[in-house]
Amino acid sequence: MNIKNKIKITVNGKQMQIIPKFTLKSLITKLKMPINKIAIELNKKIIDKNRISKIRLKKGDKIEIVHFIGGG
Amino acid sequence: MFDKKFKIANKIFKSRLIVGTGKYKSFSECAKAIKTSGADIVTVAVRRVNISNKNKARLMDYIDPKKITYLPNTAGCFTAEDAIRTLRLAREIGGWKLVKLEVLGDKRNLFPEMIETLRSTELLTKEGFKVMVYCNDDPLMAKRLENAGAVAIMPLAAPIGSGLGIQNKVNIKIIRKQTKLPLIIDAGIGQASDASIAMELGCDGVLINTAIAKAKNPSQMAEAMKLAVISGRKSYLSGRINPNLFGSASTSNKGII
Repeated sequence: MNIKNKIKITVNGKQMQIIPKFTLKSLITKLKMPINKIAIELNKKIIDKNRISKIRLKKGDKIEIVHFIGGG
Repeated sequence: MFDKKFKIANKIFKSRLIVGTGKYKSFSECAKAIKTSGADIVTVAVRRVNISNKNKARLMDYIDPKKITYLPNTAGCFTAEDAIRTLRLAREIGGWKLVKLEVLGDKRNLFPEMIETLRSTELLTKEGFKVMVYCNDDPLMAKRLENAGAVAIMPLAAPIGSGLGIQNKVNIKIIRKQTKLPLIIDAGIGQASDASIAMELGCDGVLINTAIAKAKNPSQMAEAMKLAVISGRKSYLSGRINPNLFGSASTSNKGII
């Protein structure tokens, strides 16, 4: 696909380019994220992990993927 | 010896020692210390996944949340909104409702911002969270947190990570007298004797991170803390003698030659 057709999104503060209509599930799969160990925010709204295959990403979307780390 | 169960939000826990998982040299060192501590609750934090290094080790691979209760915290949050966003995300990872609220007000002394802490406790409780609250050692504020729906009161002994031990025993004792909620010392413990003192003051538990994680031998310190908590609890329940300014001989004078 021509690079001009790609759209820009931001994942954890970093810019990424994806093809249009790319789903959130495809993104999680592409990033090799273990779905049962993460939570996902799309434009500051928490996303139900059971619904990610139905969500198509749009230009300018901001995604946060978080997990647990050590803390006190 | 009779002791009531250590119960938080109607769930019974075996150990009165809660351990933090931050500041260890490695996840394996952390996992080893948690094992020797005997803790069945550990605090954890919510942060961004490193998307450029997908093979980086994860806490959940070393500490099984099916075996140990994860207590998500709000470390690094300075407003109620930050704290609520963080805990909603924590809940989404795996359904956690028992949480540790920590809303800070100052980056240097890490003291809690109590107005935001109180507001967060109210909002989170309304959302169905069971909120264990890191707070200062002010009995009046502790009462307000209790009224707002907190499931545990967790006053600091001294600033987070300072290792200074319990600075205000009087306030801790007053909070103990006024509340039936679990009272857990959170922050400021430096050595095992500090944990014993906390328990001797009548606290229900102690939460320790830095004093274990940054000890030269974390695993051994974890065991020392475990024994100190048990020892302090037994001492508290056994009913100490009244302190006396003057001596009282242990040996009878009867039959003296």
